[in-house]
Amino acid sequence: MNKSKNKLLELKNLCKHYPIHKGILSRITGYVHAVDGVSFSIYEGETLGLVGESGCGKSTVGRTILRLIDPSAGEIYWRGERIDQLTRAQIRPYRKEIQAVFQDPYSSLNPRMRAADIVAEPLRNFEPLSQVEGRERVRELFALVGLRPDQMLRYPHEFSGGQRQRLGIARALSVKPKLIMCDEPVSALDVSVQAQVINLLGDLQQEFAVSYLFIAHDLAVVKYISHRIAVMYLGRIVELAETAELFNRPSHPYTEALLSAIPIPDPKHQRKQIVLRDDVPSPINRPSGCHFHTRCIYAQERCKVEAPLLEELSSGHFVACHFKLNT
Amino acid sequence: MSQTTGKPILEVEDLRTYFYTRDGVVRSVDGVSFSVSEGETLAIVGESGCGKSVTSLSILRLIASPPGKIISGSIRFHGKDLLDFSDEEMRDIRGDKISMIFQEPMTSLNPVLTVGRQIGEVLELHRHCSMEETRIRILELLKMVNIPEPESRMNEYPHQLSGGMRQRIMIAMALACDPEILIADEPTTALDVTIQAQILNLMRELRDKTRAAIILITHDLGVVAEMAQRVVVMYAGRKVEEASVNDLFEKPMHPYTLGLLNSMPRLDDSASKRLVEIPGMVPSMRNEIIGCAFAPRCSAAIERCSLESPPLKDYENAHWVACWNPVLLRPAYE
Repeated sequence: MNKSKNKLLELKNLCKHYPIHKGILSRITGYVHAVDGVSFSIYEGETLGLVGESGCGKSTVGRTILRLIDPSAGEIYWRGERIDQLTRAQIRPYRKEIQAVFQDPYSSLNPRMRAADIVAEPLRNFEPLSQVEGRERVRELFALVGLRPDQMLRYPHEFSGGQRQRLGIARALSVKPKLIMCDEPVSALDVSVQAQVINLLGDLQQEFAVSYLFIAHDLAVVKYISHRIAVMYLGRIVELAETAELFNRPSHPYTEALLSAIPIPDPKHQRKQIVLRDDVPSPINRPSGCHFHTRCIYAQERCKVEAPLLEELSSGHFVACHFKLNT
Repeated sequence: MSQTTGKPILEVEDLRTYFYTRDGVVRSVDGVSFSVSEGETLAIVGESGCGKSVTSLSILRLIASPPGKIISGSIRFHGKDLLDFSDEEMRDIRGDKISMIFQEPMTSLNPVLTVGRQIGEVLELHRHCSMEETRIRILELLKMVNIPEPESRMNEYPHQLSGGMRQRIMIAMALACDPEILIADEPTTALDVTIQAQILNLMRELRDKTRAAIILITHDLGVVAEMAQRVVVMYAGRKVEEASVNDLFEKPMHPYTLGLLNSMPRLDDSASKRLVEIPGMVPSMRNEIIGCAFAPRCSAAIERCSLESPPLKDYENAHWVACWNPVLLRPAYE
């Protein structure tokens, strides 16, 4: 259904490897393969959820898109134009179109700036407005995200966590971006406030047709906001599908295990729980073949040797597994 | 129907822990009562700042004073009030009869001691074990919490272990002296879901083996549903509801509990559903709250709510609710 819409962003085989230096000569002794060949697209007005556990590379993907980090390899296209090799000056116009909301509303707002100035900063940067116009825009943005105009002159510490996240959203929205990269925007919030912020993001999408890359570790949260979801494990996408499809027919064993690990708030709920053994392996010494084979309950010889490719199982449902489930 | 067995080992009654800060008195825990029996898991749920952690720290008398102070109430452990104990007597209880697992295993383990040494410390203090006995017990404990290669792991430092492993070490440490009560303060909040599932499984297994009572402090109702038999819901320093886990999830009576349940993203919902939010935010604890603390955010608030604090009332089967207009009594509610 998204195919008819315009492709905003496309990643092709994106990689980010960090060298590990050791000794006085700082010789490179290895690499951290944070992101290892990630490809996906985001369409206009769509939310793509990017899910995985800590260290799977999901935030690195987000930061690479913002060009806060330069990719080691691979290509990034914005509306068909390649942007991964642009210089800082050349990338500026794109920065206006791709904005970000970060996880920690405490450290991502400058404590010495007033709320109104925080929200107005991108405006000042990208759109020369008169003072009166600027203030009017900030007022509109405040109303949009559910903050009161009398709070405009306050400092970040005077706001609660949820309100700070609203400020972050207002700041991202100020320059009317096409895509907002939301990196764990609700994981620092309490449930009742988390629901407020998720609903707010949904409403804003309805109104402005903005796209989100929604990065989170919690599948239950991602489900409420995403049209499609990509699941990452150790730097690679293991499954990508439309939300309902992913939940109804998880085809990668890791997705299945992730789903079964989330506690259901119903004491009478009986379910088949798959408890994965061990921890996530280190991205420095990754397992051979399929990275997941060390923890996979279905793993066979082939998985240790041959890395599975991301294949299209049904329309729009991609899985990287030799022994796909539910097929 | 509660699945409690025998008489309670810990009874907390009308606990009030206040913090005297420069900006005024913070009433973190304001008249909370509950009890736990042997082999029972009691969950205390609430959002940040509701006083659930301060409650657990109060039980172990770990409140820094000043600024904090337990100003009234009693905490009876086998009938004896812990608040009357001297500091030495309290030290004998901590880590032995009542032990605790903290949320952040990285900050609660000592980074310069090996994990074996840290587990051993508890045994030396409370059990006066010899070195060899200690070593054997450490290995036994590490095996119990499913740590692979315990002989080499016991000589490692916390930074060499993953988050899940560190939490296992914390659990081993807490269980070293076979405590009667285990307080677990957000034991899985810092962990990934797949690791959380491992740790919750382990805790269930150990509970059945040791028959220790568990007080589980958490904000995650999913974890509550999987672990607890009874639940206390706290809001702004007060207990607003207490019920058996089935009653609480089937017929929540306090509007706040209902709101929490509805605002929780859950897997078993249809994807397109909109989350139900609780408007507003948690009140500041600096000001004295008149009436029900939840009234300003409550859609079912009546006039009385903002005037008079609702008392806890037992509706049925030890289902306690502090509300002037509880959910099930409203005819319009489906």
